Amino acid sequence: MNDTLAGWLQVLALVVALGLSFRPLGGYMARVLTADHHGWAERLIYRAGGVNGDADQKWSAYLRSLLAFSAVSVLFLYAFLRLQNHLLLSLGTKPVSTDQSFNTAASFVTNTNWQSYSGESAMGHLVQMAGLAVQNFVSAAVGISVVAALIRGFNRKKTDRVGNFWVDLTRIVLRVLLPLAFVFAIVLVAAGTVQNFHGIHDITTLAGGRQSLTGGPVASQEAIKELGTNGGGFYNANSAHPFENPNAFTNLIEIYLMLVIAFSLPRTFGTMVGDKRQGYAIVAVMALIWGASAAVVTANELHNVSSTAGHAAGGMMEGKETRFGIWASALFAVSTTLTSCGAVNSSHDSYTPGGGGMTIFNMMLGEIAPGGAGSGLYGILVLAIVAVFVAGLMVGRTPEYLGKKLRGREMKFASLYILTTPVVALVGAGLAMALPGERAAMLNSGPHGFSEVLYAFASAANNNGSAFAGLSANTVWYNTTLGVVMLVGRFLPMVFVLALAGSLAQQQPVPVTAGTLPTHRPQFVGLLTAVILIVVGLTYFPALALGPLAEGLR
Amino acid sequence: MRTHLPHVLQHHMAALRILLALTVITGIAYPLLVTGIAQAGLSHQANGSLLTTDGTPVASSLIGQNFFLPKRNPRDGKETPRPDPKWFQPRPSAGGYDPSVSGASNLGPNNADLVKAVKDRRAAVAAADGVRPASVPADAVTASGSGLDPAISPAYAYEQVNRVATTRRLAPSTVRRLVARHVRGRVLGFLGQERVNVVDLNHDLARLT
Repeated sequence: MNDTLAGWLQVLALVVALGLSFRPLGGYMARVLTADHHGWAERLIYRAGGVNGDADQKWSAYLRSLLAFSAVSVLFLYAFLRLQNHLLLSLGTKPVSTDQSFNTAASFVTNTNWQSYSGESAMGHLVQMAGLAVQNFVSAAVGISVVAALIRGFNRKKTDRVGNFWVDLTRIVLRVLLPLAFVFAIVLVAAGTVQNFHGIHDITTLAGGRQSLTGGPVASQEAIKELGTNGGGFYNANSAHPFENPNAFTNLIEIYLMLVIAFSLPRTFGTMVGDKRQGYAIVAVMALIWGASAAVVTANELHNVSSTAGHAAGGMMEGKETRFGIWASALFAVSTTLTSCGAVNSSHDSYTPGGGGMTIFNMMLGEIAPGGAGSGLYGILVLAIVAVFVAGLMVGRTPEYLGKKLRGREMKFASLYILTTPVVALVGAGLAMALPGERAAMLNSGPHGFSEVLYAFASAANNNGSAFAGLSANTVWYNTTLGVVMLVGRFLPMVFVLALAGSLAQQQPVPVTAGTLPTHRPQFVGLLTAVILIVVGLTYFPALALGPLAEGLR
Repeated sequence: MRTHLPHVLQHHMAALRILLALTVITGIAYPLLVTGIAQAGLSHQANGSLLTTDGTPVASSLIGQNFFLPKRNPRDGKETPRPDPKWFQPRPSAGGYDPSVSGASNLGPNNADLVKAVKDRRAAVAAADGVRPASVPADAVTASGSGLDPAISPAYAYEQVNRVATTRRLAPSTVRRLVARHVRGRVLGFLGQERVNVVDLNHDLARLT
């Protein structure tokens, strides 16, 4: 079988697997988020926290619970990292420095999993599994809970209640993430991913040298790292590391896991708002952008476009693994940057200007195709609101989406949501370029060096966490700035989404009339796609022109 | 206002208790359960797919190794290591196949140092294997993403057959048959790439002689 056919079959297998999961998983998540009954384990957790699982919260109370949980998570993880040398299974690691602990705590709580440390040398086993991996579960659940509140805003009327944060959080962890992670962790081990507590193991190599193999509870962390679109690798090389991702089968499983929740949530949305066609329209936009992006990156990598090194080597294999090759690497790169995952199975820094530039653009889209667990769907729903608003302006009538009027108040929240991420990303990148010391952290020179900095801030602001890893970002300045960017880029948009949810829930739905814009037809799919590309294009074009575009045209 | 602060604190204490409860479930019970099952039923994979010689682990078949000649001067840290011609050589590695520093070179697609490194490697590999520089495959002149890639392309493995056979005084056909046995197809016929695992191959090569 030739490369091209095998590559296409690989994509096809992934699409079929995602398609088969769409209905059952999407429907299941809708039932989890709407069920009246609490499980016994859930009731135990509510009792432990002293919270009432039957009380619905106003959007502001929902937000306060979410922020309290996240603030406590940052502090807990920070303390964990600072004290790790005193704990079990520390493998002799030192406490993590103050700035790096802040950065890492912010990074894992915000579902970013930017890593300025390298796992095999900086982290003990206990902090990886009971500190970092716990956030892999709960930060993903926080994202899904926010979109649950937004969907309730659409399908409830005349109420100020949007759900109960503690219930959403606990149910998503226990009923959705944990069982799936468990099953796939076992699948990964069976296929070769390691899972042990051996620590560091010295061997004498075949040629008589020495090698230290670092084991650990990797598969259990790997499964939730992808499923929760977290992306923080057990090892520095992340999913390029053979202990995390030993072969092309585990590679496909990992890509599937990072996409499956985000691609199924539109079904949850369609089910919960009582019109499944609305979910199909949203998933169609996601799939369209994902497919186009995959085509661009794969084509650029296959043909060494604008890469001197690629032509010299006879193939873009720098930074890629033999067992994956171009197709499986490009598919992973596209999926990880269009979700908020940020795991990598190859070095994006060494991609062609077009391929690497596309991964930056993917993150700049706001990670909505399909996006992070939960964050992808609320991101695209905000853009859908903007698209409906634009269409309303064209015909001169008050726009409405799913029966809810989009008035000044709703549009303010939507606009603020859309402005937040670019502001923190571009201001951060601008500052880094203005400061000579921070500029020096670039590994490569010229436009590619700027791309490294732009990538870092786009990644942090959108909570992706992957990197053009040539940038030496473990400095006090980068750790602190990127930590702040991640926190603002995660929680400020959530404030606007929950405020929007509260505002929508209070409305009495308006009946559908002949003048209502249908939001389930191909026409709306096209409109939404165009709005996404125009909004993002206008925001980021100047920055992209200085980086990947300049490099590609040179 | 007097009751405001305690209320906020109370809220955060509730959050902390729930975080701790979820930590016990997802951070302790879950990884331990997975480890238990993995060690009970899948211990070979769970422990890193180790290869042994006379019962002693000598490699993980997932993690690439160096196959260098001994240094001329063991105390010279800067001496460039020389590939040992009697072993099949793996790909270049950004971290020298040291698992404590996994990672890629992260050099950009038009980085001058990378272009020079690629050209130098091409010349060196062609000279060592006695082939035309243009025929050296891409994986032989580029560093992997992990720095621990255990595999090379079948083309690069076959290219090394004559060199290895000559150095070891074996019939080239014997070595070529060994390589052919180690060519792994795509997973399920269509996933990933064809490859030869250099660690497995060299492990069997050592037993051949």
